[in-house]
Amino acid sequence: MKYLTYLSIGTLFGIIMTKSQAISWYRIYEMFRFDSFHMYGIIGSAVTLGVISVYLIKKFKLRTSAGDPIAFTPKNKSIPRYLYGGIIFGLGWALTGACPGPMYTLIGGGFSVILVVLFSAILGTLAYGMLRKRLPH
Amino acid sequence: MEQLIEWLSQPWPWNVAGPLITLTMLLLLFVGKSFGVSDTLRTTCAIGGASRVSDFFDFDWRKQTWNIVFVLGAVLGGFIASTWLQQPEPIPLAQDTVLKLQELGINNAGEDYLPVEIFSWESLLTLRGFVVLVLGGFLVGFGARYAGGCTSGHAISGLSNLQLPSLIAVIGFFIGGLVMTYFLLPVILTL
Repeated sequence: MKYLTYLSIGTLFGIIMTKSQAISWYRIYEMFRFDSFHMYGIIGSAVTLGVISVYLIKKFKLRTSAGDPIAFTPKNKSIPRYLYGGIIFGLGWALTGACPGPMYTLIGGGFSVILVVLFSAILGTLAYGMLRKRLPH
Repeated sequence: MEQLIEWLSQPWPWNVAGPLITLTMLLLLFVGKSFGVSDTLRTTCAIGGASRVSDFFDFDWRKQTWNIVFVLGAVLGGFIASTWLQQPEPIPLAQDTVLKLQELGINNAGEDYLPVEIFSWESLLTLRGFVVLVLGGFLVGFGARYAGGCTSGHAISGLSNLQLPSLIAVIGFFIGGLVMTYFLLPVILTL
């Protein structure tokens, strides 16, 4: 039953990503060229509403459906890992036109070659895990 | 019902999609989970036994099963949307983008979600296709884990919680994205 909930939320997410064209390589290219407001509108409105929602959740100490407090884990303070990691991610995002969410959605949309992109992303994650201790964080 | 499907099949504008992404994050928060897709890549490594090569993968991945189910949902959502909610018209891209891509040899921009010249199995055997698909995917996976999150974890969840590290990561996403778009893609696309 719980898993059906996660599956449904994921399905909703996949439909949103497809219908908003956020899964499109063209939309990401267009975004990085500042040719259209579309992607900025999506991310900007999602974050604006997100900030307000998280604020209200904290202010009213809202709880999960199981009755537990909703926990937010603060991210560790540092600059290099976020900046360097972010730049590497950004290079890949603009190249493939897909971050991990859209990769899954595109595979479901019938673009089977994205399996190669996803597999490479898993290899990238594995490589990070192996090199982690030698990288500045 | 038919009208509803026809209505849903139109391209969704940003002011519908953005709030729905917030809703996705909130639904996960209210079932006690946090929205972050790239964690599933690490989980997949762990399931595959990667703890033998790095302690980074030595964690109880069973606690992340929910996220694997979530992304299976994203696969299903992609299937549903492209099978039953497909719009008949091309993606309404900016004219400048379409023209620039023509210069770089990508024609019919917006006819499908991806440029078929690059995103096909045949293209994988070309240098251009290999760089985009294999190197591109590798950078996404490596960078997401190095930065501790991707677009969902940092740009949506992190910024919503006013996390400075997430802002730094998003600035990084854009530095990398702009360098790729303006300096590297023009070379790679014409390989």
